[in-house]
Amino acid sequence: MKSHVWRPLYIALSVIVLILIARSFLVPEDFGVHERGYMYGLHRKGNENEWQAVTLKYGMVQYCKECHADKVEGLGRSPHGPISCENCHGPAMNHPDNPSTLTIDKSRELCLRCHAALTTPHSRRSAIAGIHPATHHPEIECIMCHDPHTPIPRIQL
Amino acid sequence: MNRRDFLKNSITVIAGLSVPLAALELINPRKLLADKVEGSKIRWAVLVDTQACAGCGFCVKACKTESEIPYEANITRTWVERYVITRQGRTYVDSPKGGRDGFTSDRIDLGGEGFQNIEPNDIEKAFFVPKLCNHCESPACAQVCPVGATYQTGDGVVLVDRKRCIGCGYCIMACPYGVRSFHPVHKTAEKCTLCYHRITKGMKTACVDACPFGARRIGNLRNPDDPVTKTIMSGRVGILKEQYGTKPQVYYLALSREVK
Repeated sequence: MKSHVWRPLYIALSVIVLILIARSFLVPEDFGVHERGYMYGLHRKGNENEWQAVTLKYGMVQYCKECHADKVEGLGRSPHGPISCENCHGPAMNHPDNPSTLTIDKSRELCLRCHAALTTPHSRRSAIAGIHPATHHPEIECIMCHDPHTPIPRIQL
Repeated sequence: MNRRDFLKNSITVIAGLSVPLAALELINPRKLLADKVEGSKIRWAVLVDTQACAGCGFCVKACKTESEIPYEANITRTWVERYVITRQGRTYVDSPKGGRDGFTSDRIDLGGEGFQNIEPNDIEKAFFVPKLCNHCESPACAQVCPVGATYQTGDGVVLVDRKRCIGCGYCIMACPYGVRSFHPVHKTAEKCTLCYHRITKGMKTACVDACPFGARRIGNLRNPDDPVTKTIMSGRVGILKEQYGTKPQVYYLALSREVK
Protein backbone atom coordinates (compact mmCIF):
# COMPACT_ATOMS: atom_id res chain seq x y z
CA MET A 1 0.00 0.00 0.00
CA LYS A 2 1.16 3.55 -0.67
CA SER A 3 2.58 5.77 2.06
CA HIS A 4 -0.18 8.39 1.72
CA VAL A 5 -2.49 5.83 3.28
CA TRP A 6 -0.10 4.81 6.06
CA ARG A 7 0.93 8.34 7.15
CA PRO A 8 -2.49 9.58 8.38
CA LEU A 9 -3.03 6.16 9.95
CA TYR A 10 0.17 6.58 11.98
CA ILE A 11 -1.01 9.99 13.09
CA ALA A 12 -4.40 8.63 14.15
CA LEU A 13 -2.76 5.75 16.05
CA SER A 14 -0.33 8.08 17.84
CA VAL A 15 -3.24 10.33 18.89
CA ILE A 16 -4.99 7.29 20.38
CA VAL A 17 -1.80 6.26 22.21
CA LEU A 18 -1.39 9.80 23.57
CA ILE A 19 -4.98 9.84 24.84
CA LEU A 20 -4.48 6.47 26.55
CA ILE A 21 -1.24 7.69 28.20
CA ALA A 22 -2.91 10.90 29.39
CA ARG A 23 -5.88 8.89 30.67
CA SER A 24 -3.67 6.61 32.74
CA PHE A 25 -2.32 9.70 34.54
CA LEU A 26 -5.64 11.51 34.94
CA VAL A 27 -7.94 8.68 36.07
CA PRO A 28 -7.27 7.75 39.72
CA GLU A 29 -6.10 4.19 40.30
CA ASP A 30 -9.04 3.25 42.54
CA PHE A 31 -11.62 4.59 40.08
CA GLY A 32 -13.76 1.87 38.62
CA VAL A 33 -16.80 -0.33 38.97
CA HIS A 34 -17.35 -1.38 42.58
CA GLU A 35 -19.98 -3.30 44.63
CA ARG A 36 -23.13 -1.86 43.04
CA GLY A 37 -22.06 -2.52 39.46
CA TYR A 38 -21.57 -0.19 36.52
CA MET A 39 -24.95 1.52 36.79
CA TYR A 40 -24.77 2.59 40.44
CA GLY A 41 -21.27 1.72 41.62
CA LEU A 42 -18.88 3.49 39.24
CA HIS A 43 -16.72 5.59 41.53
CA ARG A 44 -13.41 6.36 43.17
CA LYS A 45 -13.16 3.95 46.12
CA GLY A 46 -11.04 6.37 48.14
CA ASN A 47 -13.96 8.79 48.36
CA GLU A 48 -15.74 6.44 50.78
CA ASN A 49 -12.86 6.94 53.23
CA GLU A 50 -13.01 10.70 52.72
CA TRP A 51 -16.66 10.70 53.82
CA GLN A 52 -15.80 8.48 56.78
CA ALA A 53 -13.13 10.96 57.85
CA VAL A 54 -15.53 13.91 58.26
CA THR A 55 -15.06 15.55 61.67
CA LEU A 56 -17.59 14.62 64.33
CA LYS A 57 -19.41 17.56 65.90
CA TYR A 58 -22.11 15.84 67.92
CA GLY A 59 -21.19 13.06 70.31
CA MET A 60 -23.85 10.83 71.76
CA VAL A 61 -25.18 10.70 75.27
CA GLN A 62 -22.42 8.16 76.03
CA TYR A 63 -19.89 10.90 75.29
CA CYS A 64 -21.55 13.28 77.81
CA LYS A 65 -21.65 10.42 80.33
CA GLU A 66 -17.88 10.05 80.35
CA CYS A 67 -17.61 13.16 82.54
CA HIS A 68 -21.19 14.13 83.47
CA ALA A 69 -22.55 10.71 84.46
CA ASP A 70 -24.50 12.11 87.45
CA LYS A 71 -26.21 14.79 85.33
CA VAL A 72 -27.10 12.39 82.53
CA GLU A 73 -28.51 9.92 85.05
CA GLY A 74 -30.60 12.48 86.95
CA LEU A 75 -31.88 14.42 83.96
CA GLY A 76 -32.75 11.22 82.13
CA ARG A 77 -35.65 10.80 84.56
CA SER A 78 -37.11 14.27 84.00
CA PRO A 79 -39.79 14.91 81.35
CA HIS A 80 -37.04 16.49 79.24
CA GLY A 81 -34.96 13.30 79.53
CA PRO A 82 -35.41 12.18 75.91
CA ILE A 83 -33.91 15.44 74.63
CA SER A 84 -30.27 14.99 73.69
CA CYS A 85 -27.95 17.17 75.85
CA GLU A 86 -26.40 18.65 72.72
CA ASN A 87 -29.70 19.99 71.41
CA CYS A 88 -29.22 22.83 73.92
CA HIS A 89 -25.57 22.43 74.99
CA GLY A 90 -23.78 21.84 71.81
CA PRO A 91 -22.45 20.54 69.57
CA ALA A 92 -20.08 19.41 72.28
CA MET A 93 -17.36 17.33 70.59
CA ASN A 94 -13.91 18.34 71.88
CA HIS A 95 -15.26 21.08 74.18
CA PRO A 96 -13.04 19.90 77.06
CA ASP A 97 -10.05 21.11 75.03
CA ASN A 98 -11.65 24.41 74.16
CA PRO A 99 -14.54 25.13 76.56
CA SER A 100 -15.43 28.45 74.94
CA THR A 101 -16.67 26.64 71.82
CA LEU A 102 -19.52 25.03 73.79
CA THR A 103 -22.67 27.05 73.25
CA ILE A 104 -25.58 26.94 75.69
CA ASP A 105 -28.81 27.94 74.01
CA LYS A 106 -31.18 29.42 76.62
CA SER A 107 -33.28 31.36 74.14
CA ARG A 108 -37.06 31.59 74.03
CA GLU A 109 -36.88 30.41 70.40
CA LEU A 110 -35.37 27.11 71.49
CA CYS A 111 -38.24 26.34 73.91
CA LEU A 112 -40.83 27.43 71.34
CA ARG A 113 -39.66 24.73 68.93
CA CYS A 114 -41.81 22.32 70.92
CA HIS A 115 -43.87 24.51 73.25
CA ALA A 116 -45.51 26.95 70.84
CA ALA A 117 -49.15 25.81 70.73
CA LEU A 118 -50.10 24.51 67.27
CA THR A 119 -53.25 22.94 65.88
CA THR A 120 -51.71 19.66 64.71
CA PRO A 121 -54.17 17.05 65.99
CA HIS A 122 -52.37 14.14 64.32
CA SER A 123 -48.87 14.54 65.65
CA ARG A 124 -46.99 14.21 68.91
CA ARG A 125 -47.06 17.99 69.13
CA SER A 126 -50.63 18.00 70.40
CA ALA A 127 -49.54 16.02 73.49
CA ILE A 128 -46.96 18.66 74.50
CA ALA A 129 -47.89 21.56 76.78
CA GLY A 130 -48.10 24.59 74.51
CA ILE A 131 -48.26 28.36 75.00
CA HIS A 132 -49.12 31.22 72.68
CA PRO A 133 -45.81 33.06 72.27
CA ALA A 134 -47.42 36.45 71.67
CA THR A 135 -49.41 36.44 74.91
CA HIS A 136 -47.44 34.21 77.30
CA HIS A 137 -44.95 36.66 78.92
CA PRO A 138 -43.36 37.73 75.63
CA GLU A 139 -41.02 40.13 77.44
CA ILE A 140 -38.95 37.58 79.38
CA GLU A 141 -36.94 34.45 78.74
CA CYS A 142 -38.60 31.12 79.58
CA ILE A 143 -35.79 30.15 81.96
CA MET A 144 -36.79 33.01 84.32
CA CYS A 145 -39.70 30.83 85.52
CA HIS A 146 -39.00 27.35 84.13
CA ASP A 147 -35.94 25.22 84.78
CA PRO A 148 -35.29 23.29 81.57
CA HIS A 149 -33.80 20.41 83.60
CA THR A 150 -36.89 20.10 85.85
CA PRO A 151 -39.56 21.52 83.58
CA ILE A 152 -42.18 22.46 86.17
CA PRO A 153 -42.82 26.19 86.87
CA ARG A 154 -40.62 27.34 89.78
CA ILE A 155 -43.65 28.80 91.55
CA GLN A 156 -45.15 25.33 91.91
CA LEU A 157 -42.03 23.87 93.50
CA MET B 1 -51.93 -16.16 8.51
CA ASN B 2 -51.46 -19.87 9.05
CA ARG B 3 -51.78 -21.70 12.35
CA ARG B 4 -48.01 -21.84 12.96
CA ASP B 5 -47.56 -18.09 12.49
CA PHE B 6 -50.53 -17.32 14.67
CA LEU B 7 -49.10 -19.38 17.56
CA LYS B 8 -45.63 -17.85 17.07
CA ASN B 9 -46.98 -14.31 17.15
CA SER B 10 -49.17 -15.03 20.16
CA ILE B 11 -46.18 -16.35 22.12
CA THR B 12 -44.12 -13.28 21.16
CA VAL B 13 -46.85 -10.89 22.30
CA ILE B 14 -47.35 -12.74 25.62
CA ALA B 15 -43.59 -12.79 26.24
CA GLY B 16 -43.37 -9.09 25.44
CA LEU B 17 -46.23 -8.25 27.81
CA SER B 18 -44.79 -10.29 30.67
CA VAL B 19 -41.45 -8.41 30.67
CA PRO B 20 -42.83 -5.01 31.72
CA LEU B 21 -44.97 -6.75 34.36
CA ALA B 22 -41.86 -8.27 35.92
CA ALA B 23 -40.01 -4.98 35.63
CA LEU B 24 -42.83 -3.21 37.48
CA GLU B 25 -42.33 -5.36 40.58
CA LEU B 26 -42.54 -3.02 43.53
CA ILE B 27 -40.14 -2.75 46.39
CA ASN B 28 -39.59 -5.84 48.46
CA PRO B 29 -37.45 -5.37 51.58
CA ARG B 30 -37.36 -9.14 52.05
CA LYS B 31 -35.28 -9.38 48.90
CA LEU B 32 -32.72 -6.98 50.35
CA LEU B 33 -32.61 -9.07 53.52
CA ALA B 34 -32.00 -12.24 51.51
CA ASP B 35 -29.19 -10.58 49.57
CA LYS B 36 -26.95 -10.73 52.64
CA VAL B 37 -25.63 -14.10 51.50
CA GLU B 38 -23.75 -12.40 48.69
CA GLY B 39 -22.24 -8.96 49.13
CA SER B 40 -22.27 -6.61 52.09
CA LYS B 41 -23.55 -7.61 55.53
CA ILE B 42 -25.06 -4.15 55.98
CA ARG B 43 -27.89 -2.41 54.16
CA TRP B 44 -28.91 0.80 55.90
CA ALA B 45 -32.52 1.90 56.02
CA VAL B 46 -34.36 4.65 57.88
CA LEU B 47 -37.73 4.36 59.58
CA VAL B 48 -39.67 7.60 60.08
CA ASP B 49 -42.72 7.79 62.36
CA THR B 50 -44.85 10.72 61.21
CA GLN B 51 -47.09 10.48 64.26
CA ALA B 52 -44.15 10.88 66.63
CA CYS B 53 -42.72 13.96 64.90
CA ALA B 54 -43.58 17.19 66.73
CA GLY B 55 -41.99 19.58 64.24
CA CYS B 56 -39.26 20.84 66.58
CA GLY B 57 -36.66 20.90 63.80
CA PHE B 58 -33.75 19.76 66.00
CA CYS B 59 -32.90 17.18 63.31
CA VAL B 60 -32.48 19.89 60.67
CA LYS B 61 -30.35 22.03 62.97
CA ALA B 62 -28.14 19.06 63.94
CA CYS B 63 -27.81 17.98 60.31
CA LYS B 64 -26.72 21.41 59.10
CA THR B 65 -24.11 21.65 61.85
CA GLU B 66 -22.82 18.10 61.56
CA SER B 67 -22.53 18.17 57.77
CA GLU B 68 -20.95 21.64 57.55
CA ILE B 69 -23.70 23.26 55.49
CA PRO B 70 -23.55 27.06 55.77
CA TYR B 71 -26.23 27.69 58.42
CA GLU B 72 -27.94 30.60 56.68
CA ALA B 73 -27.72 29.16 53.15
CA ASN B 74 -31.12 28.13 51.84
CA ILE B 75 -30.15 24.48 51.39
CA THR B 76 -30.46 21.56 53.74
CA ARG B 77 -29.88 17.81 53.51
CA THR B 78 -32.96 17.00 55.54
CA TRP B 79 -36.09 18.99 56.26
CA VAL B 80 -39.46 18.75 57.97
CA GLU B 81 -42.72 19.47 56.15
CA ARG B 82 -45.98 20.44 57.80
CA TYR B 83 -49.17 19.15 56.18
CA VAL B 84 -52.50 20.77 56.95
CA ILE B 85 -55.58 19.26 55.31
CA THR B 86 -58.81 21.21 55.69
CA ARG B 87 -62.36 19.89 55.86
CA GLN B 88 -62.90 21.43 52.41
CA GLY B 89 -60.25 19.02 51.09
CA ARG B 90 -57.49 21.55 50.49
CA THR B 91 -53.93 20.54 51.35
CA TYR B 92 -51.38 23.08 52.57
CA VAL B 93 -47.70 22.19 52.88
CA ASP B 94 -44.96 24.40 54.26
CA SER B 95 -41.41 24.05 55.50
CA PRO B 96 -40.01 27.47 56.43
CA LYS B 97 -36.17 27.29 56.31
CA GLY B 98 -36.61 23.52 56.01
CA GLY B 99 -38.03 23.52 59.53
CA ARG B 100 -34.60 24.45 60.89
CA ASP B 101 -36.07 26.72 63.58
CA GLY B 102 -39.09 24.54 64.26
CA PHE B 103 -42.73 25.37 63.68
CA THR B 104 -43.89 28.06 66.08
CA SER B 105 -46.98 29.46 64.40
CA ASP B 106 -50.23 28.07 63.05
CA ARG B 107 -50.10 30.18 59.90
CA ILE B 108 -48.84 28.46 56.76
CA ASP B 109 -45.79 29.96 55.05
CA LEU B 110 -46.65 30.18 51.34
CA GLY B 111 -43.16 31.30 50.39
CA GLY B 112 -43.28 34.38 48.19
CA GLU B 113 -47.06 34.64 48.45
CA GLY B 114 -47.17 35.53 52.12
CA PHE B 115 -48.94 33.61 54.85
CA GLN B 116 -52.19 31.70 55.08
CA ASN B 117 -54.22 31.59 58.27
CA ILE B 118 -56.40 28.54 58.70
CA GLU B 119 -59.32 28.40 61.13
CA PRO B 120 -58.53 25.63 63.69
CA ASN B 121 -62.08 24.29 63.28
CA ASP B 122 -61.49 23.83 59.55
CA ILE B 123 -58.50 21.54 60.09
CA GLU B 124 -59.21 17.90 59.41
CA LYS B 125 -55.65 16.60 59.61
CA ALA B 126 -52.36 18.27 60.47
CA PHE B 127 -49.03 16.57 61.00
CA PHE B 128 -45.30 16.74 60.25
CA VAL B 129 -43.29 14.66 57.79
CA PRO B 130 -39.48 14.59 58.03
CA LYS B 131 -37.80 14.11 54.66
CA LEU B 132 -34.29 13.03 53.75
CA CYS B 133 -32.45 11.15 51.01
CA ASN B 134 -34.13 7.79 50.44
CA HIS B 135 -30.84 6.01 49.62
CA CYS B 136 -32.78 4.15 46.93
CA GLU B 137 -31.95 0.63 45.85
CA SER B 138 -32.08 1.91 42.24
CA PRO B 139 -30.87 5.50 42.64
CA ALA B 140 -31.74 7.53 39.55
CA CYS B 141 -29.17 10.16 40.57
CA ALA B 142 -26.26 7.69 40.48
CA GLN B 143 -27.43 6.31 37.16
CA VAL B 144 -27.41 9.69 35.38
CA CYS B 145 -24.06 10.97 36.70
CA PRO B 146 -21.83 11.33 33.63
CA VAL B 147 -18.50 11.28 35.51
CA GLY B 148 -18.96 8.62 38.20
CA ALA B 149 -19.11 11.20 41.00
CA THR B 150 -22.43 10.07 42.48
CA TYR B 151 -22.44 6.42 43.43
CA GLN B 152 -23.77 3.87 45.87
CA THR B 153 -21.60 2.08 48.40
CA GLY B 154 -21.90 -1.63 49.16
CA ASP B 155 -23.98 -0.86 52.26
CA GLY B 156 -26.50 1.15 50.26
CA VAL B 157 -25.49 4.76 50.96
CA VAL B 158 -25.55 7.15 48.00
CA LEU B 159 -22.59 9.55 48.15
CA VAL B 160 -21.08 12.33 46.02
CA ASP B 161 -17.37 12.51 45.25
CA ARG B 162 -16.70 16.26 45.46
CA LYS B 163 -13.39 15.88 43.62
CA ARG B 164 -15.03 14.26 40.59
CA CYS B 165 -18.32 16.19 40.52
CA ILE B 166 -18.39 18.74 37.70
CA GLY B 167 -21.54 20.44 38.96
CA CYS B 168 -23.66 19.69 35.90
CA GLY B 169 -26.79 19.19 38.02
CA TYR B 170 -28.14 16.11 36.21
CA CYS B 171 -28.53 14.29 39.53
CA ILE B 172 -30.43 17.21 41.05
CA MET B 173 -32.88 17.00 38.15
CA ALA B 174 -33.08 13.19 38.26
CA CYS B 175 -33.96 12.81 41.95
CA PRO B 176 -37.76 12.49 42.21
CA TYR B 177 -37.62 13.47 45.90
CA GLY B 178 -35.77 16.76 45.50
CA VAL B 179 -33.28 15.84 48.21
CA ARG B 180 -30.29 17.14 46.25
CA SER B 181 -29.02 20.68 46.17
CA PHE B 182 -25.99 22.61 45.02
CA HIS B 183 -23.36 23.35 47.66
CA PRO B 184 -22.65 27.09 47.58
CA VAL B 185 -19.03 26.71 48.76
CA HIS B 186 -17.79 23.51 47.11
CA LYS B 187 -19.88 24.14 43.95
CA THR B 188 -20.77 20.46 43.73
CA ALA B 189 -23.90 18.38 44.17
CA GLU B 190 -24.86 18.12 47.82
CA LYS B 191 -26.87 15.45 49.57
CA CYS B 192 -27.44 13.42 52.73
CA THR B 193 -24.57 11.00 53.37
CA LEU B 194 -26.58 9.21 56.08
CA CYS B 195 -23.75 10.57 58.29
CA TYR B 196 -21.36 8.06 56.76
CA HIS B 197 -18.66 9.19 59.22
CA ARG B 198 -20.95 8.30 62.13
CA ILE B 199 -22.74 5.11 61.03
CA THR B 200 -19.45 3.46 60.03
CA LYS B 201 -18.19 4.09 63.60
CA GLY B 202 -21.20 2.44 65.21
CA MET B 203 -22.94 5.75 65.96
CA LYS B 204 -26.30 6.88 64.67
CA THR B 205 -26.89 9.74 62.29
CA ALA B 206 -26.96 13.26 63.72
CA CYS B 207 -30.68 13.64 62.94
CA VAL B 208 -31.56 10.37 64.67
CA ASP B 209 -29.55 11.36 67.75
CA ALA B 210 -31.11 14.83 67.86
CA CYS B 211 -34.72 13.63 67.67
CA PRO B 212 -36.29 13.70 71.16
CA PHE B 213 -39.35 11.74 70.02
CA GLY B 214 -37.82 8.73 68.30
CA ALA B 215 -39.47 9.81 65.06
CA ARG B 216 -36.35 8.88 63.08
CA ARG B 217 -34.65 5.53 63.48
CA ILE B 218 -31.89 3.85 61.49
CA GLY B 219 -31.40 0.14 61.06
CA ASN B 220 -29.62 -2.56 59.12
CA LEU B 221 -31.97 -4.42 56.76
CA ARG B 222 -29.58 -7.39 56.61
CA ASN B 223 -29.88 -8.00 60.36
CA PRO B 224 -33.20 -9.80 60.97
CA ASP B 225 -33.02 -9.07 64.73
CA ASP B 226 -32.79 -5.31 64.28
CA PRO B 227 -36.00 -3.75 65.71
CA VAL B 228 -36.16 -1.29 62.80
CA THR B 229 -35.85 -4.16 60.32
CA LYS B 230 -38.59 -6.08 62.14
CA THR B 231 -40.97 -3.12 61.80
CA ILE B 232 -40.13 -2.67 58.12
CA MET B 233 -40.56 -6.39 57.42
CA SER B 234 -44.01 -6.27 59.02
CA GLY B 235 -45.07 -4.67 55.75
CA ARG B 236 -47.11 -1.96 57.47
CA VAL B 237 -44.89 0.83 56.29
CA GLY B 238 -45.16 3.27 53.41
CA ILE B 239 -42.63 4.67 50.98
CA LEU B 240 -42.66 7.87 48.95
CA LYS B 241 -43.33 7.99 45.19
CA GLU B 242 -43.09 4.25 44.63
CA GLN B 243 -44.34 4.77 41.05
CA TYR B 244 -40.87 6.01 40.07
CA GLY B 245 -39.40 2.56 40.68
CA THR B 246 -36.37 3.88 42.57
CA LYS B 247 -37.06 1.51 45.51
CA PRO B 248 -36.56 4.10 48.29
CA GLN B 249 -35.15 2.84 51.61
CA VAL B 250 -36.70 5.42 53.91
CA TYR B 251 -39.85 3.82 55.30
CA TYR B 252 -42.69 5.79 56.86
CA LEU B 253 -45.08 4.80 59.61
CA ALA B 254 -48.56 6.36 59.50
CA LEU B 255 -48.02 7.88 56.06
CA SER B 256 -51.01 9.82 54.78
CA ARG B 257 -52.07 9.74 51.14
CA GLU B 258 -51.64 13.53 50.86
CA VAL B 259 -47.89 13.22 51.40
CA LYS B 260 -45.96 13.40 48.15
